[in-house]
Amino acid sequence: MWQRIYALIVKELLASARDPQTRWVVLFSPPFLLLIYAFAITQEVSDVTLAVYNQDHGNASVELISRFEVAEVFDQIIHLRAGADIAPTIDARRATLVMRVGEDFSRRLERGESAEVQLILDGRRSNTAQILLGYSSRIVETYNRERLDRLRATAPVRLVQRTWFNPNLEPLWSAVPALFAVLVAVVGFMVSALSIARERELGTFEQLLVSPLRPFEILIGKSVPALLIALTSASAMLVLGMLFLNVPIRGSLALLFFGMVVYLAAIVGIGLFISSLAKTQQQAIIGLFMYMVPAVLISGYATPVENMPDWLQGLAAATPITHFIVISKAVYLREAPLWLYFSHIWPMALIAAASLLAATWLFRRRTG
Amino acid sequence: MTALVTIEGLTKRFPKQAEPALRSVSTQIRSGHIVGLVGPDGSGKTTFLRLIAGLLRPDEGGIDVGGFDPVANAKEVRARIAYMPQRFGLYEDLSVEENLNLYADLRGLVGSARKATFERLLDFTGLAPFTGRLAGALSGGMKQKLGLACALVVTPELLLLDEPSVGVDPISRRELWRMVSRLTDEGITVVWATAYLDEAEKCETVLVLSEGDLIFDGRPTDLAARVAGRVFLIEGIEGDRRYVLNRARQHEAVMDGTIQASHVRLLLNENARALSLASIGAGDEARLKPVAPRFEDAFIDLIGGGFRAESPFAGGSQRSHDIAIAVEARGLTRMFGSFTAASEISFDVRRGEVFGLIGPNGAGKSTTFKMLSGLLKPTSGEARIAGVDLRTAASEARARLGYMAQKFSLYGDLSTMQNLRFFARVYGLTGARQRTMIARMIESFALTDKLDENSGQLPLGFKQRLSLACAVMHEPDVLFLDEPTSGVDPRTRREFWAHINAMVTNGVTVIVTTHFLDEAEYCDRAALIYRGQMIALGTPAELKAQAASSTMPNPTFEDAFIALVEKNEAETSP
Repeated sequence: MWQRIYALIVKELLASARDPQTRWVVLFSPPFLLLIYAFAITQEVSDVTLAVYNQDHGNASVELISRFEVAEVFDQIIHLRAGADIAPTIDARRATLVMRVGEDFSRRLERGESAEVQLILDGRRSNTAQILLGYSSRIVETYNRERLDRLRATAPVRLVQRTWFNPNLEPLWSAVPALFAVLVAVVGFMVSALSIARERELGTFEQLLVSPLRPFEILIGKSVPALLIALTSASAMLVLGMLFLNVPIRGSLALLFFGMVVYLAAIVGIGLFISSLAKTQQQAIIGLFMYMVPAVLISGYATPVENMPDWLQGLAAATPITHFIVISKAVYLREAPLWLYFSHIWPMALIAAASLLAATWLFRRRTG
Repeated sequence: MTALVTIEGLTKRFPKQAEPALRSVSTQIRSGHIVGLVGPDGSGKTTFLRLIAGLLRPDEGGIDVGGFDPVANAKEVRARIAYMPQRFGLYEDLSVEENLNLYADLRGLVGSARKATFERLLDFTGLAPFTGRLAGALSGGMKQKLGLACALVVTPELLLLDEPSVGVDPISRRELWRMVSRLTDEGITVVWATAYLDEAEKCETVLVLSEGDLIFDGRPTDLAARVAGRVFLIEGIEGDRRYVLNRARQHEAVMDGTIQASHVRLLLNENARALSLASIGAGDEARLKPVAPRFEDAFIDLIGGGFRAESPFAGGSQRSHDIAIAVEARGLTRMFGSFTAASEISFDVRRGEVFGLIGPNGAGKSTTFKMLSGLLKPTSGEARIAGVDLRTAASEARARLGYMAQKFSLYGDLSTMQNLRFFARVYGLTGARQRTMIARMIESFALTDKLDENSGQLPLGFKQRLSLACAVMHEPDVLFLDEPTSGVDPRTRREFWAHINAMVTNGVTVIVTTHFLDEAEYCDRAALIYRGQMIALGTPAELKAQAASSTMPNPTFEDAFIALVEKNEAETSP
């Protein structure tokens, strides 16, 4: 029995290594994608055009506007002459935000009253708009503070921020751990979902079925190579992340790999389940995407799981990606306590057991 | 008659191939003729047709189609020819009529001319009742007829057909042939590429290609004449005809030998004086009877004779089965939805017997085969191999059988050696035994030069050899062969049968499917499967005798098959 499983594992690994396409898709493209995505999702905003419509001619407004002008994020400033220009400017995307200063701005400030500045943002680019709002608030806040200092008065409450685990709020630090979890899943899914469907399509699967190989032997022989290949790809991603993205790893690598083996067992189980259902590789790919896209979306990769409705949270908990994102973040950003790891490893182990059993069952049924 | 196509010193090379696909071929194709283009797979038939159609550019030499060069004057040449490739571009999700419309649109055939042409073509192909049917739901033969109709929407001067009869049952093959001969009456010139030598025999001219060389160009009767008086049948053989064939094949006076029902057919050497039947162990009663040569005899002679070496499987270890019945089929039925692919099929196969499942593609023989080998669950009935049902059988039971699938089903990305090793391990061969058996397979199937090549890149003949090697390496008791010789040239087919016969002599039971009806002659018994039914069962001689009539006293196996199908249809239709 072990010899047969060994034969299958050797065959799978050789076949992947000898096929240039598989080699590229499975081993090299994910680390490459990690780099590309990492840079693409960088949340820094630059090259923004600010439009200013200043109806006020006092010193206070000029000072405030000059603070915006020197801010690095605003690449270009255009000045509007009429209120009617505001809408076309945003519509035609000539500017991402428009700042409007009312005509009584300086006057009110001098009288010691509070004055208003209007910011108009382009909601079509909501992400950018939100970031720009943050920048603008900070500029206004600094302006306020300095003005109060000059008047020798103090603001009643002052906010002091400190972000733990990511002190400089580096966008890559939060993006890479989640991206890593998703890309590892993609590799595991691809290798496993294609494996049986491919053999079925090429006709080699029948050759296996008439051989002394038992269904569960075929399943082990298919899972182990997929797991090994995905682990190799994951290691490459980890090294690249450290070398080029400067994302530190603070937690234990051993725990990460242990978690990853369980994670991949679950991923490969689901992949093989889909593969057993499919008659052709094309069906397998479509089936895979029908599962993978929603699974990634509810996994907490893009939006926090806690914000989802209860029923969706339940589904998220049944998705291995959800758990591994937590583990990945835990290892990358901090040294998390052991209980946290294990509270996410056992659900993945459960998913792995269920999906592998289901795949074996399906596989027996689909054999004729 | 004038030449429509003139070809001078035509050579075509493909990158990364050491040998040219065609080597300085010169010939003329006369107008109004059917020209048969024969040769094993990979001999250059398709390349030849594509060059004439202007789809490939010749490396050397020239082609002239009615005064035009196919590449330089592509437009003029295309207006004059119709080309039907091996896999004609039918849209399976479109109906017969929609497919015809599409090709008419592409060829700019409109208005009343289109209507008249469609009527003529539908009548001609007999597809008129099926215009609404999806092309994907047509049988192999009907698909080819539709392909032909689509190719003929504009009446060409030259029709190029690339293996139109592959995958078509014998009855449709004959119809297709009749249709094409009618075209020549209208003055259309036809080039018909085929692997079936009996079809070539009916052509006015044949071109025989072998490894890119044109080795014969002339009338088929002229080719057959070269073996006149050298073809014999050994009748009245005592004992095992396989044994006699094996001795005869290796005799110096013999060029080629095949089994023909209970007789052995021999092609003798040009300067053979006589053949002593005693020397090949045929028995006292055996007689040598001269018979009319066939095109295939001449073809084998032309390529230097059949497979004449001793099979390395001869004298292998004897299988000792404790049971006499190796395979039992009991009322095997398989439905796919409302379609009955196989219905109530029952037979027994004795140990050491070669049992054939014979029938056209799609008739149900592969379905039956898969139910026997445990790959497909019967809707009702049961199949037992050496007393066990393979669907529920232990792994040990499966280790005792060998299986060679119809389609190449080894791992194309692995080398020859890696495939051999994989199957050796899967079948439990270890250590020294593994090494010995792999070495024996490499030697038996002449794989030494191909060990490091990816098996997917091997020439077809080698792919089949490797497949057979992987199926028999572990010395199975029962061997399942699904179309083992499909697409293989006649010489390799003889080699395969030499190996199979040698294994049978060792007590191996063989279940084989084939649509080459002449191969059915090798079987001890055969079941004819047609439209999911087993319409006849018996020895080849019995089956032929059932079909013999006063008009056809000595039917070939194909004649017998057609007669039995027609008889069956007459009985079943009200």
